[in-house]
Amino acid sequence: MNELNMTILFAGVIAGAAPILLATLGETITEKAGLINLSLDGTIMLGAMTSFVVAYETGSIVMGFASAAVVGALIAAIVAIFSIYLDQSQVAVGFVLTLMARDLAYFLGNPYTRIHGPTVKPLSIPLLEDIPFFGEVFFNHNLLVYFSILMIGLCWWYIYRTSNGLILRSVGENPRACFARGIDPKKIQLLYTMCGGLLVGLAGATFSLCAKPGWGRPQGAEGTGWIALALVIFGGWHPVRAAIGAYLFAFLQVLGIYLQGWFPSIPAQVFQVAPFPLMIFTLLLINIVQKESVLELAEGKMWMKSILGVFSGAMPTALGRTYKTD
Amino acid sequence: MSSSQDTASKFFRYSRELILALVVVFAFTTFILLLAGAPPLAAYYHIFKGSLGSLGKLSHVIKAWIPLTLCACGLLYSFRIGLWNIGVEGQVMVGAVFTTFVLRLGMEGHVPVFYLVVSCIAGIAGGALWALIAGYLKTKGGIHEIFAGLGLNFVAQAIILWLIFGPWKRAGIASMSGTEMFPRDLWLPSVFAIRLSVIGLTLTVVAIVITALMLRYTKIGLYLKALGSNVQAAHMFDLNPRRYMLLAMIFAGGFAGLAGSIQVTGVYHRLIPAISSNYGYLALLVVMLANYNVWISPAVAFFFACLNVGSIQLPMVLHLDSSLSGVIQGALVLAALAMHAWRLQSARREEHVSSYE
Repeated sequence: MNELNMTILFAGVIAGAAPILLATLGETITEKAGLINLSLDGTIMLGAMTSFVVAYETGSIVMGFASAAVVGALIAAIVAIFSIYLDQSQVAVGFVLTLMARDLAYFLGNPYTRIHGPTVKPLSIPLLEDIPFFGEVFFNHNLLVYFSILMIGLCWWYIYRTSNGLILRSVGENPRACFARGIDPKKIQLLYTMCGGLLVGLAGATFSLCAKPGWGRPQGAEGTGWIALALVIFGGWHPVRAAIGAYLFAFLQVLGIYLQGWFPSIPAQVFQVAPFPLMIFTLLLINIVQKESVLELAEGKMWMKSILGVFSGAMPTALGRTYKTD
Repeated sequence: MSSSQDTASKFFRYSRELILALVVVFAFTTFILLLAGAPPLAAYYHIFKGSLGSLGKLSHVIKAWIPLTLCACGLLYSFRIGLWNIGVEGQVMVGAVFTTFVLRLGMEGHVPVFYLVVSCIAGIAGGALWALIAGYLKTKGGIHEIFAGLGLNFVAQAIILWLIFGPWKRAGIASMSGTEMFPRDLWLPSVFAIRLSVIGLTLTVVAIVITALMLRYTKIGLYLKALGSNVQAAHMFDLNPRRYMLLAMIFAGGFAGLAGSIQVTGVYHRLIPAISSNYGYLALLVVMLANYNVWISPAVAFFFACLNVGSIQLPMVLHLDSSLSGVIQGALVLAALAMHAWRLQSARREEHVSSYE
């Protein structure tokens, strides 16, 4: 285990990134429409618990995933309705739901802790899996991993290449103008917040049915939601860049397991924390890059511009500001 | 309408809303309990008995009330200027770390009182420092205080674990049970029978009064409120919003640090991994439910402390998870927000009607 094996390392990154990737893509869609759903961490936990319990009781993994998707969409709907229609702070509602959904998951999942339940079986893709290195890294996973990779492209295509995606983006940029064009921004925001929440719920199910099978207190998925929220910013509200962020994060996590093997005296939790200071650091970089003095400095220097480009990203203009009809 | 009548009708409406919210939450909790296959009445009974059933239980409630109220006091400053100080949890932890650091120096000392006082001041300074980092990341780095604070919470937790398993580990075995227990003369003096620190209780009451006076009668309180409600107006008063944001963070962190300090000197007498016990996060809910009111916050904190302490009985007696308290607390805040929205909308409707008359 202490030997660094590149194939296992990268295969682990691709597999480990699946849940956080789904959560990050979901939140990217939500925030593109101009709403912040802060409840991610709790939604993931409740989704994980629900899917495990449903899959265990019905014996159907599909039912497990479906129930987690419903839970995710419902919590997102609460956030959306409170902020869009009831005029309450979306940050406040999201935060309350973060804690509440997690506690609800612990409470209702209590009888199902530390029991063996159904898990998603690996499904290697014939022929492709025989390619040396790449076959092992990319084509020897379970269905959810493939789904998460497909979702990156699908999200990008939907947001940037379809007319519905155009409406989604315009609601996040200028809801007032959308209203003038006969689009109800509130309905659109509610819809995409729920779509995003659906993916976040699936992320939870991916934890309890594949990545970290089973349920318990703690489950092991705690904190992921917050990372996903940060990755959306890291990705500059672009699904592909957010996905790169998710893989970077998964890489760090896997690396942490190896580091732990090399330094057994340091408790495991210390390594698990590493992404958080890194998150602050990247957010700091993103902001520094957007300062005018830095942009002036980079004027005329191609190499510097391309570095800065990595850390720049435009926030949807109306993000976090609830649209009011007048 | 005369003003006394107005107050009476307002009071009537508030209490009607409160009762309605409580009924909704009660129904919801009962539904959750039934869903878990648990007897609701027995659960409520054990929560009540486990929190207010005896003097010993009550002292546990007050032990939880102290850090909860101190954090809530601190959060009132940061909320007033519109900051979401989610980092309060980490501020409690760093306060506890600084306090432990000073007490460790005092292990061999001969003047325990001196070390106790210094450790308390160090705890406040530690919390304030951790809040100030989040504040600078916000004002200078442009990082939203939620992400800065949250990241710092995880860092603080890692520091505590590293200290407990590394430099400050107990002789022989390092474990999750924490550092070596401090000698008795480094404990905050407590009422013997119920093991409740009177000094901690007094400090908390003082904190409430100071916060109330500060927010209401001083220029700082006025400016925090002015900046919180309208940052654009800041330049008219020649105010520097960033400076006041940092100031609010220092106050918030200071009170949180004091909470962490009392957790060490008055409750656990050592540093443990869960020294903050989620009281920081919970205090955010307390302040929201209290509608950011300094006098209502301690009362809500007391109720929350009862729920927390009482629900500890649930795993032992009914084999339920103790997190039911968190579900009730969250439901209460959501219900309060919904009521608030309802009040806003009916007020707007009344306005709308009267404008046509």
